[in-house]
Formats: sequence, structure tokens, C-alpha cells
Amino acid sequence: MTAPAIEGWFTTGADPALLGTRCTTCTTVFFPKADGFCRNPACAGETFEEVALSRRGVVWSYTDAQYQPPPPYIPASDPYEPFALAAVELPEGLVVLGQVARGYGVADLRVGQEAELVVETLYTDESGDRTIWRWLPLTSGHLTELGEEADQ
Amino acid sequence: MTGSSNDVAVAGVGMHPWGKWGRSFVTYGVHAARAALADADIPWSDVDLVVGGETVRNGYGGYVAGATFAQALGWNGARVATSYAACATGAQALDTARARILAGMCEVALVVGADTTPKGFLAPNAGERWDDPDWLRFRLLGMTNPAYFALYARRRMDLFGATQADFAQVKVKNARHGLHNPYARYRKEVSVEDVLASAVVSDPLHLLDICATSDGAAAVVLTSVDYARRHGLDSPVRVKAVSTVTPTFPHTVLDMPNLSTDSSAVTGVPERTFKESIGRAAYEEAGIGPEDVDVAEVYDLSTALELDWIEDLALCGRGEAEVLLRAGDTTLGGRIPVNPSGGLACFGEAVPAQALAQVCELTWQLRGRAEGRQVEGARVGITANQGLFGHGSSVLLAV
Ligand SMILES: [Zn+2]
Repeated sequence: MTAPAIEGWFTTGADPALLGTRCTTCTTVFFPKADGFCRNPACAGETFEEVALSRRGVVWSYTDAQYQPPPPYIPASDPYEPFALAAVELPEGLVVLGQVARGYGVADLRVGQEAELVVETLYTDESGDRTIWRWLPLTSGHLTELGEEADQ
Repeated sequence: MTGSSNDVAVAGVGMHPWGKWGRSFVTYGVHAARAALADADIPWSDVDLVVGGETVRNGYGGYVAGATFAQALGWNGARVATSYAACATGAQALDTARARILAGMCEVALVVGADTTPKGFLAPNAGERWDDPDWLRFRLLGMTNPAYFALYARRRMDLFGATQADFAQVKVKNARHGLHNPYARYRKEVSVEDVLASAVVSDPLHLLDICATSDGAAAVVLTSVDYARRHGLDSPVRVKAVSTVTPTFPHTVLDMPNLSTDSSAVTGVPERTFKESIGRAAYEEAGIGPEDVDVAEVYDLSTALELDWIEDLALCGRGEAEVLLRAGDTTLGGRIPVNPSGGLACFGEAVPAQALAQVCELTWQLRGRAEGRQVEGARVGITANQGLFGHGSSVLLAV
């Protein structure tokens, strides 16, 4: 059976999205979900609503993992296959880390480039595939012009 | 430098050489403590406060490091405290000692940090912790510490035109600085080619761009300026500021071990990043500006991070650190030498000792006693580091 590697952090299906929470008092969005109390120091809010985050954002930075990370990371394959990682800035004003979609590496990425959220298999255990959100680079190669980030 | 009522004196400093010695952190800590007391020429019986930097990888004795060191030195009835603030542990311990001295509640404080570290990547403690970002980043993303360093490094490349050769040059510089430092673990010249030929760990960083983990210990004896004078120290190195500020919401720079940043959508982006605010608080507290700094010891967990710190400490403008590096300004003999000790590149990180080691080095520099690596005429020095979970520190010292 296919199931998310962590419950309640993202939706699956045709247009998957990260699930955060929005403070009903100040509207600040949090991912991973905040609940109980709002972390905006100017806000005393204690109620939140679940919100699906934008599926597209702009690459803040990127790298890869050439060596197998230590546990609790569970490698997807033996022998280990390196994967890329990207931090993507969403229109909600936050940056979210993720692995990069299978088949893409650092040569396909550039700060300021667009990326879109996809859901892929992170690892497989005795009960089936465990899925995770990943960032899919929208334009391959170093062709994209730098976004606004570059001007800062 | 004129004194102020908020100064405390650095009466003595001491270290145990960094390395992989396979002994208990207590052994290293006592060695460093005794060296610092001998350097200060102050008897252990005069110490009325011991502050230990906690180590989280050495069992209960590490959690109560202050008492562990006090017992090992022989119980003398001193008050005791233990601090933990990730990489800023040593600075926070120093600040605890300073605060009690400035409050008139203590005259002589011994601050000790020591660690025995495991091999390889620093991994989280065992057990499943689905609400701990430090566990989740490994489980869900395979996000190691070097991967975070690599994100910052890549931004310098894509935004400011830094190159992997620039990063390698930081290593070359620091390796040369550390050649004559008896406390450094690695004392060997390294070439740009060596760095670029080493394996890529997390693109764009090579193995030689990333610091190792080490065993080591550092200790500082702090006293009131009054005590120092009575003890015959008329112009000691003084602690002018200890900054241990936390971030300001929204914290918009992705930080270890987090999977995301705060959102700036409602409140806007703060005027300063967390790392910028760490140095600024030190300058403000000291009443000393970046233009007065002669020497800096910054946390080069990766080569590229040294470049970030130079800008975060306002020693140059944003995106200009490579210009300083290429011009030799940050090399010994240059305008503003950075990491004359050799930095983490030559030491490897011994977490609870590292911020204190920075203070030891600057103390030797400001005394004019940093043999083989002296920054000529240094009067003002600043340290900087950042660790997990909103910890960071900057210590400003002057003579
Ligand atoms: Zn709120």
C-alpha cells in the first residue's frame, strides 16, 4: 500500500500540495503546521485553519547528497544513489526544503528558477511505498534568467 | 582602549590540542582549565564560579559539565553552572560568568568547554521523534549539516559570482594560518588543487571545504577588572561584549535543522538577518564598530561560511567577501585577517569548546603572543558563530 512517509504534511493525487496552517487572527502561514499558539510575536492567536500551500515557487538554493546520509534516513536503493535537494521560496513568503524530483540534479537548477511540487516514493518498506514531496525544476539547465532574488 | 564598567578581564586562557585522542572529555577539560589557571597565575582555590559547556554526546557527566569539571579539579566549594547553546555553548557559558562578575556576585570564574566527538556526519540521537526537526530532516529529506552549508555556498555562487576556487582559497589561507598553531589538529599546507580534487560531499562543497569534528577543550579565566588590578594585571584583555541574541520573527534564512523558514508575508522581511543581528548586538554593546576591528575568528564550518560571516559582521558589504579574499585582505598581513588560528579548517569542531577556543585565540592575538600567526598591532578582535535552534554568538574583545 502506498502511503505518505509522514501523515498530514502534504496531499497526494493529481495536484499535490504541502499542507500548512494559517493563523485565523493574523493570517500568518506555517509549514510544518503550527497549532496551539501563533509564533508571530505580535499575535496572540490560538486558532488555525489548514491551508494547502502554493505548488510553485522560486528556488532559493540547492545542493545534493553525494554520500548516503546517516540514519534515520532510509536509503531508497542499495547501492546508494545520490539525490539533489532544493529550498524553494513560496508565494506565502516562506522557504521549504525538499528533495529534488528523481532524474534531476544540481545541473538542472539555478537560484531564482521556478520549481513545482510533486510527490514521489522516498523509500519502500514491508507495508509498501512511502511517499514524500519533492521539487521538480520547471526549466532544465542554466537557461533561466535569475529571478528577483538575484537583485537583492 | 578605555575601560568601561561593563568590562570583565580575561585573566587566563588555556586549551587542550584538538585531535582524535580517544580520551574522556573530562581529561581534556581539566587539562585546559589547569592551563588557563596557570596562564592567569590564579590558584584554583580562588575560583568562586565554574561554568561548564555541556556536551550532549558523553552521558550524564556531559549534561552537568560544570559540576563534572569542578569535581575533577577537586571540589573547592565554588558555585557551578552549565550552559548549552549548540555551537554558541562556550560563549553562553562565558556570558553567564560575565554576568555574575558584573553583578558583583563573583570575582573569579573559570569557564570550560570540552568534547569527545564521534566519527563522520553529526547524526541525531537514536529513537523515533516525529516532532523533532533534527530527526525529521534526516528521515524525510536526508538533509545533513554539509547540505545546509552547501545551500549557503551555492547562493554565493549564483548571486555573487563566487567560485569553488574561491572557497578552496579560504581553505588554503586557513591551512597556512594554522601551520604554527600548536593547538590545531591539521597543520599542513593545502593547495586549491587539493581542495578541488577532494570528493564532492554536497555540491558545490568538497570534502576539504567542510570541517571535521574533533576532540578538544578550551578554558577561560574571567575576573572582575578590580580583581585583575589587585592581581597585578593593569591592562588585561577585556571582554567588551558578548552577544547571544536570538532571531527576530520572521526568521527568513533557512537554518539548520529546520525544514522551512518563517513566513514573511504578514510582517515583512526584517531589516537584518539573524547572523547580521548577532554581530550588530556585539558592536552596540561594546560601543565599537566594525571599522575598529583588527582581527576576527569566525565559524568556518565550511569555507564558504567564512565568506558569509565576513559580510554578516559588516567587515565588508554584502557580496564583497570574495574581493577581500582575492586581494589577500583576510590573510595574515592583510587589512583584516580572518581566522589567524587556522579556524575550524585546521581544528575541526569540538562543539562546546569551539566558541571558547575563538576567545583563547583572540586573547593571545591581543596580547601580542600568537607566535607564528600574530596579527601585528591587534587591539580589537571579534568572534562569531552560529548553531542549531536559534543559537549564535559573538564575543568582542579589546585591549
Ligand atoms: Zn497569528
